[in-house]
Amino acid sequence: MTKVVTANRLADGAIVYLAGSDTWSTRLDEAAVAADEATAAALLAAAERAVAACQVVAAYAFPVAVADGRPVPIDQRERVRAAGPSVASDFRD
Amino acid sequence: MYRYDAFDQTLVDERVEQFRDQVARRLSGALSEDQFRPLRLLNGLYLQLHAYMLRVAIPYGTLSSRQLRTLAHIARTFDRGYGHFTTRQNIQFNWVRLDQAADILAALASVEMHAIQTSGNTIRNVTADHLAGVAADEIEDPRIYAEIIRQWSTLHPEFSFLPRKFKIAVTGAARDRTALKVHDIGIQVVRDAAGEAGFSVLVGGGQGRTPMIGHVIRPFLPKADLLAYLEAILRVYNEFGRRDNLYKARIKILVQTLGPAAFTAMVEEQWQALRGPALALPDEELARIAAHFAPPTYARLPAASAALAAARAEPVFERWCRHNLLPHKQPGYAIATISLKPEGGVPGDATAAQLEALADLAERWSLDEVRVSHEQNLVLPHVRQDDVPALWRELRAHGLATPNAGLITDIIACPGLDYCNLANARSIPIAQQIQRRFANRERQEEIGAIKIKISGCINACGHHHVGHIGILGVDKKGAEFYQITLGGDGSERAALGEITGRAFAAAEVVDAIDTIIDTYLGARRHGEAFIDTYRRVGMVPFKEALYGAH
Repeated sequence: MTKVVTANRLADGAIVYLAGSDTWSTRLDEAAVAADEATAAALLAAAERAVAACQVVAAYAFPVAVADGRPVPIDQRERVRAAGPSVASDFRD
Repeated sequence: MYRYDAFDQTLVDERVEQFRDQVARRLSGALSEDQFRPLRLLNGLYLQLHAYMLRVAIPYGTLSSRQLRTLAHIARTFDRGYGHFTTRQNIQFNWVRLDQAADILAALASVEMHAIQTSGNTIRNVTADHLAGVAADEIEDPRIYAEIIRQWSTLHPEFSFLPRKFKIAVTGAARDRTALKVHDIGIQVVRDAAGEAGFSVLVGGGQGRTPMIGHVIRPFLPKADLLAYLEAILRVYNEFGRRDNLYKARIKILVQTLGPAAFTAMVEEQWQALRGPALALPDEELARIAAHFAPPTYARLPAASAALAAARAEPVFERWCRHNLLPHKQPGYAIATISLKPEGGVPGDATAAQLEALADLAERWSLDEVRVSHEQNLVLPHVRQDDVPALWRELRAHGLATPNAGLITDIIACPGLDYCNLANARSIPIAQQIQRRFANRERQEEIGAIKIKISGCINACGHHHVGHIGILGVDKKGAEFYQITLGGDGSERAALGEITGRAFAAAEVVDAIDTIIDTYLGARRHGEAFIDTYRRVGMVPFKEALYGAH
């Protein structure tokens, strides 16, 4: 299953996605997409190194579909994480 | 209001510096997340869906203008310009940075506030009747005892690692506005046959996965024995409560397993061993704490204000008075409910500007006091009736004059999947859809008193089990569904709601609520509230209306 690795940035808690072996982005469309389990495991290993280096916390992989070359979350939880709260757009950045 | 003494202030100031050091060590890598997590939770700092969230304790839901302004400052400086009031009379900030968390705690400490024990397996913030001290049906102000319990339970070494979290509510009135019977411990001030005031003690209520109504284990407890008795209950729970199963760890499960009679016998035995000078409440200490909650100096006024009566000729103002104004025990005064449930808004949210406006209004017109209700509204408890028209105009200017207290759009909703890491489904959008469907004020009045409560998961922070209509979000193969319950009640007539049947898809929920309301309106007798009609006719007509076609 196609997957993306996410975490929260340690210092401010912001949601981030692993974009490369050691780069993180706040944008899901910049996330590295793992098309197979071996790639997903490699991304998770990179994420764990970032956890150990105190860059991020609570790292995990989640399933995505790919549409127009961009990852799209399958679960509602990840859709809300990616888009922000669905309730108060005036409060968002 | 209670004011910190030197001991209280030192305790919270020291805690701020301890936490500042802990955060620095976490950011430097000296502490791992596993080591740090319990430390941040002890200070109310969670890592939620989008960011860190700080839960701030508002003891017994009482705030001064000075404290409210500091909450506004925190919202504006450290968050995204708003705060969220919860069903436990707390406030949560949803967008906090870890590297600024100690600065927030320092700001709180400067106005005698903190976030200690707003998380973890500890005795949480003690809640109380939001009409404490001003309700006509009150025997005594419950905040006196809530404050005593706060002091006793804060950093209590024996009860810092309980089997599970522990919630205590206190009321001084016969009419329960605290959801007393669904707390781990509920304390109600009562009088004995001789007219002496003491406490009725109820144990083992709760919501969550296994909702239960609590049992009165002591109908009358002398005041001096309050702490000894609480300590006896907590000691039995701490020793015999389950620690091997998260879902069976609350005290309600222990009471159920042992049986209320056997549990009570164990508590009474402990109590006899604990009674004595160490835990007895001396009269002078009771008097010292009570003095902080002495009634304010009210003006001597006629019972009814001619100015208010004249202003009520204006229909929009009259509607607000009809629903949001309550009688005060002091002649010439009124209690104003500030609804935080505007149409399409987020239940319980207030912006920094609104918090500041309320601080000004409380200072000018409510003897410097604001209350937080467990129904996620605010209260100005001491308003002269003469001042109500001017207050209302100011509230209106700040978007705080929604005339719906106690009506169908005055909905409790937890943060749900929009913010919470534990949630299975969103709560707030469902509340907003219902608010929009029933936005017509005349229809709201036609429906009358009703309580809708929504939780985004089985933990039931939105109190759905005790909603007249309860809505519980569930996850079905990645899709949001909602189970509806009817007949719950969080009042002195407490009851747990009964499930109507299969869950509804998100897009079906509002129509289902409409069907329930239509069924009620068709079945009710003149003047009968929803909950009374439900009790009279039962589930069958509602079930037939909801599912009959299937």
